[in-house]
Amino acid sequence: MTTMTYLEAGKAALAEEMRGNPRVWALGEDLGRGGVFGQYRGLAEEFGAERIVDAPISEAAIMGCAVGAALAGTRPVVEMRFSDFALCAVDELVNQAAKARYMFGGQSKVPLVAREPVGMWRSSAAQHSQSLESWYTHIPGLVVVMPSTPADNKGLLKSAIRCDDPVVYMEHKDLWGLEGEVPGGDEHLVPLGAARVALEGSDVTIVTWSKTVHAALDAARSLAQSGIAAEVIDLRTLWPWDTETVYASVWKTGRLVVAHEAVTVSGFGAEIAASVGEECFGGLRAPIRRLGSPRAQIAYAPPLEDVLRVDAAAIADAAAALIR
Amino acid sequence: MRRPNIDTERLTRHFRDMCRVRAFEEAALKALAEGLVPGPLHPSIGQEACASGVCANLECDDLLLSTHRGHGHTLAKGADPEAMMRELLGRAGGCCGGKGGSMHIADFGVGMLGANGVVGANIEIAAGAAHAVKLLGDGRIVTCIFGDGAVNRGPFLEGLNWARIFDLPVLFVCEDNTFAATTRTAAVTAGPGPAARAESLGISPVGVDGNDVLAVDEAVRDLVQAIRAGGGPRFLHVKTYRLTGHTATDAAPYRTTEEVDAQWALDPIARCGAELEAAGITAETLDAIRTAAANEMDAALEAAKAAPWPDLSLAFTDVQDIGAPVPAGPGPLAGIEHVRASTPPIAPGGTA
Ligand SMILES: Cc1ncc(C[n+]2csc(CCOP(=O)(O)OP(=O)(O)O)c2C)c(N)n1
Repeated sequence: MTTMTYLEAGKAALAEEMRGNPRVWALGEDLGRGGVFGQYRGLAEEFGAERIVDAPISEAAIMGCAVGAALAGTRPVVEMRFSDFALCAVDELVNQAAKARYMFGGQSKVPLVAREPVGMWRSSAAQHSQSLESWYTHIPGLVVVMPSTPADNKGLLKSAIRCDDPVVYMEHKDLWGLEGEVPGGDEHLVPLGAARVALEGSDVTIVTWSKTVHAALDAARSLAQSGIAAEVIDLRTLWPWDTETVYASVWKTGRLVVAHEAVTVSGFGAEIAASVGEECFGGLRAPIRRLGSPRAQIAYAPPLEDVLRVDAAAIADAAAALIR
Repeated sequence: MRRPNIDTERLTRHFRDMCRVRAFEEAALKALAEGLVPGPLHPSIGQEACASGVCANLECDDLLLSTHRGHGHTLAKGADPEAMMRELLGRAGGCCGGKGGSMHIADFGVGMLGANGVVGANIEIAAGAAHAVKLLGDGRIVTCIFGDGAVNRGPFLEGLNWARIFDLPVLFVCEDNTFAATTRTAAVTAGPGPAARAESLGISPVGVDGNDVLAVDEAVRDLVQAIRAGGGPRFLHVKTYRLTGHTATDAAPYRTTEEVDAQWALDPIARCGAELEAAGITAETLDAIRTAAANEMDAALEAAKAAPWPDLSLAFTDVQDIGAPVPAGPGPLAGIEHVRASTPPIAPGGTA
């Protein structure tokens, strides 16, 4: 175990995978100087400009090149800088990366990782703050991953790089500095598709991911003070999501709150709520609650931004209301 | 037209390759007329010299990216016409398992990494394939054929810029058939055109009469040589004309029959045949080549017609490794559920 930040954990994951496999390389804007958040700092020095590639501001070409490079036998890691800018590369991700294997009848896979930092990051406003994970869960062919801790950012990124599917890998910008214990060694792999029970409890299940996991844990601590034992599930991978762990928890607690930073309407919480409604109806003792951002653009002024964020108090209130 | 010292063997090979492309598409159109092709067809009749002239200069393991109008490129790269015809008819044994059809025709076994249903998208993919090839240092080169309509999409700028700044081994071929769907491309393209745009990005363009297969062949030969020598990207503007409608069902009322008739007089296959005859190849020899091509493609069509539909389970294969749909219940269509938590963790190492 070593203590490191979420940012350092991601960097360590990429560096280890690049050391282990010469076909792994990274491309994105400003990577030669460490990337916009510093999550690539030092990698160009170790691996050279051929494998830590400084791209022009051409998001479509970055993603499209990665598709071609994957088809031609390498394993590119794409940096999109902000998930908002990845919208300039949606054709390349959705029509090309996600489809090539299927429409060519399995003649090739497309092993690429698209790193797309998401989320509100103080006063970044409407075009630098979005959480669009649910869009990608809708696309057959894609895997969608959202780590919440340093340990998972290392283990999941390593697994994503080894995965033969195109993976949309969404780190949360507000978590870069979060410190935590990270298992050392090359083989710390967190399996894709497996949730983590972040806290066990028997009264209510809170399913969440990315930065909202931390708000949910805070909420669980305050619920505990009023004698309510919340179980917090960090989904970690949104597609494929760990239905087994979620259903088992709901059968145990009979209550479900899904909380995420993205807009509630058509958010991935809707998929979870619907699935639990179909599969665990007999075990539910209360209606399912979804918490997300209102369907509004994300504002600049700190107090305006804050009213849009799902916080611990909102999660605790929603959970407590199911029990009363 | 008579050129001194032509290589009749090579020109005969072009004649045969172009006849095969023409015969393949004529057979496909026949099948379409019979209601056997469920999706759209974009014929390349009149443009065969580009396919033949380009691919004659590529090795089997060189990579090729093509467009929705890609039958000719795919055949010329060496794909099996029967597997292609099965694909067009959506039958078992199609080169893409019946999951792609004409617009996504591909044969990775001969380096043909796919036609593409999104205009211009192949330009960036080709640049990326070239980036990989350079990284791997394995000596392959990449060729990307796209239409004149693609130069008005962003990927043209982004992809050519990328290839230039990273000095990638890629040949860009703009197969300019005068039209983008039902629009004359010149009417919607600012400035002097595709070649000037390439030049502005530091890729010096070469232009060629796209109905003269030898001219295409020679131009590509030189460009490919330069690329193999490490010269970075090259650009070829192939000027030609689409003799059919945009799709097989487009009657093309936006142009006159006089215009089209005048273009038929420049048919690259007829021109190639005339040049071969002038060089002493007999009309019988050329006829035999034409007949052999027609027979080959008719046989491919008959085999495709006789083939069954793909197994229904194929609708659910090749989706993705993890989180793919798994048929639940008795039949493949009884109900679909996604893979649950039993999804196996990713085995360390990946596949490549
Ligand atoms: C991005 C995109 N826009 C529109 C279309 C519809 N479309 C298919 S082919 C075509 C014309 C393309 O013209 P060009 O690139 O010159 O190729 P050609 O059809 O002449 O071979 C269009 C507009 C598409 N497939 N992709």
